[in-house]
Amino acid sequence: MIHRSEPFWWLLFAAGGSAAAVLAPVLILLTGIAAPAGWFPQAFAYEHVRALVSHPVTRLVLFGVIVLSFFHWAHRFRYTLAEGLALKRAWLPVAVVCYAAAIAGTVSAAVVILKL
Amino acid sequence: MMAEQTVAERTITLEVFRYRPEQESEPTFQTYEIPYREDWVVLDALNYIKDSVDGSLTYRWSCRMGVCGSCGMMVNGVPKLTCSTFLKDYYPHPIRIEPLANFPVARDLAIVLDDFMAKLVHVRPWIIRRQEEPLEAGEYRQTPEELDRYKHFSMCINCMLCYAACPIYGLEPEFVGPAAIALAQRYNLDSRDQGGRERMGILSTHEGIWACTLVGECTTVCPAEVDPAGAIQQAKLASALGWLRRVLVPWGNK
Repeated sequence: MIHRSEPFWWLLFAAGGSAAAVLAPVLILLTGIAAPAGWFPQAFAYEHVRALVSHPVTRLVLFGVIVLSFFHWAHRFRYTLAEGLALKRAWLPVAVVCYAAAIAGTVSAAVVILKL
Repeated sequence: MMAEQTVAERTITLEVFRYRPEQESEPTFQTYEIPYREDWVVLDALNYIKDSVDGSLTYRWSCRMGVCGSCGMMVNGVPKLTCSTFLKDYYPHPIRIEPLANFPVARDLAIVLDDFMAKLVHVRPWIIRRQEEPLEAGEYRQTPEELDRYKHFSMCINCMLCYAACPIYGLEPEFVGPAAIALAQRYNLDSRDQGGRERMGILSTHEGIWACTLVGECTTVCPAEVDPAGAIQQAKLASALGWLRRVLVPWGNK
């Protein structure tokens, strides 16, 4: 089953890798460095950020980046466990646990983003 | 007192993997100290040993110019064509020479390549036509642009360095492997070919492209600049998009 659906997981993995590569550095720069350093005080004012984040397009983009990153992680971690730690016999449970974690992450991301 | 030595006196040490199944159950290493020449490649050194020191040493070679793909060996743990690996890049340190990794050893530095040969045939790397045109119809013509789509994948010399470098092949011997997939992709991209669907059925399996995790060592060691890792990625994307099309438009399957 996992083997038959491999293209699906790989597409999510590839999309997640691309999304993370393009957007993660920007997000880290903005939220991890610029905001705490107080570089653009008006732009990072609470009300402003809140308005931005609760806009439907922003929510959609955030959901996409977060969820695809989860699946990117799940796929990579699955292969790290299966091949790096030589857990080849546990191939199926490893895959199920990794993708289930990403699905759980997806649900919690949806909840958090809907509440914004 | 290196500077006072004449060129002829300089020597280099080769630690060569030996395995003679009729006289030893475990492989050993044999050390040869041989003359060092700046313009010698590792293969020249092995030929010197074979001719002048120890005629029992077994290895494969043919063209001496990076075309035939026979002389691949592990040189200090890295898969290399020994005909294009210069002693001067290692001198004065000793060089360790072993048979290509991930393959069974037949004798000394010669590996058993049956597995690769079987996989090569398995992916059907030749032009497949639904119906052959009659001879009078002439050649299957192709534009230079159509040639460029696959040409670099066609440069493979079947040296198997990519299999020796691939950690997935080491872990999963069933993996079809870099060179065979690159050659399959070479025919998938050929405008004269009509066997893409047939070939993708073989490639789109766990033993095919999906075993690959894009480590990329195959492309790093390739002496012919084939980029097997790129070929596998292309095949993955084509396979995944085909899968998506079948899922989204199940009635569109011609």
